[in-house]
Amino acid sequence: MARLNVNPTRMELKKLKGRLATATRGHKLLKDKSDEMIRRFTIILRETKSLREEVEQRLAEILKQFSVARSLTSPFEMETAFAMPSAKVELTCETESIMGVDVPKITVNDKKKTNALPYAFAEITGEADYSVAQATELLPVMIRLAQKEKAVRMLAEEIERNKRRVNALEYVMIPQLEETIKYIKDKLAENERASVVRLMKVKANG
Amino acid sequence: MTGKTAIVGNGDGIMVFKAAGVATFPVEDEKKAEDTVRKIAKDYQIIFITEDLAKNLRDFLKRFDEEAYPVIVSIPNSVGSEGYGMNVLKTAMERALGVDILFNN
Repeated sequence: MARLNVNPTRMELKKLKGRLATATRGHKLLKDKSDEMIRRFTIILRETKSLREEVEQRLAEILKQFSVARSLTSPFEMETAFAMPSAKVELTCETESIMGVDVPKITVNDKKKTNALPYAFAEITGEADYSVAQATELLPVMIRLAQKEKAVRMLAEEIERNKRRVNALEYVMIPQLEETIKYIKDKLAENERASVVRLMKVKANG
Repeated sequence: MTGKTAIVGNGDGIMVFKAAGVATFPVEDEKKAEDTVRKIAKDYQIIFITEDLAKNLRDFLKRFDEEAYPVIVSIPNSVGSEGYGMNVLKTAMERALGVDILFNN
């Protein structure tokens, strides 16, 4: 490992020792942060996985159902039936901090129970009713999935960044500082020995 | 802050969510999807995008991961899931942990 390009003086030695202490402390802190982030990440990751499985399975069913409904109705009728949405999703979007990462926190406000279907029953087949009801039911789950998945992605990014910082400290910064400190110490000891020898020689000659 | 949801996808399959109160943006291809997402990213906090579009826009959608909002999530389309959503999770897991703790393959 290359040592830093500094003058071997006592001043520099003191400065470097200070930096080494800071680096070591920072390294420890970052490592702890990384551990905790990974712990949280694992929990959210598991939740997200089961949510995603649920959503994908249910959504596939809904869409299958809906395509049946679509095939039973003419596209134009379908279009008009769905042109005006009757339901409205109300969300409250906030952010929540997980280990200093701002992740979204979304709550679905209870919506008023109105007639959930945007069309009259006579207009369209029963399959459509069913799939719309299912979709309405699934939506909060999907929103929860969205929130969790985003958190997973953001945390992953942050963990990676943090890991890079920890590694930079552990494998670059700290060894470099240690080596430079050793070099300065050696150099200072060398100077001292040289001056002792010089003194002895001067005395012997005189 | 109150949020709104939108869904970007191809085909009529997304229409079912219109009834559930989600704004729908039908698009034909990735290019249009990209434009649409860019346009609505400021107004909608949650954007669902169908898998077949999302997988080709991976790099573009990645940009939105820097901030908490908007949240962009892929969902399977009417053809069914190709596992893209799981793949996203898997990539995140591998990047963060370096090991596979969920999928075991």
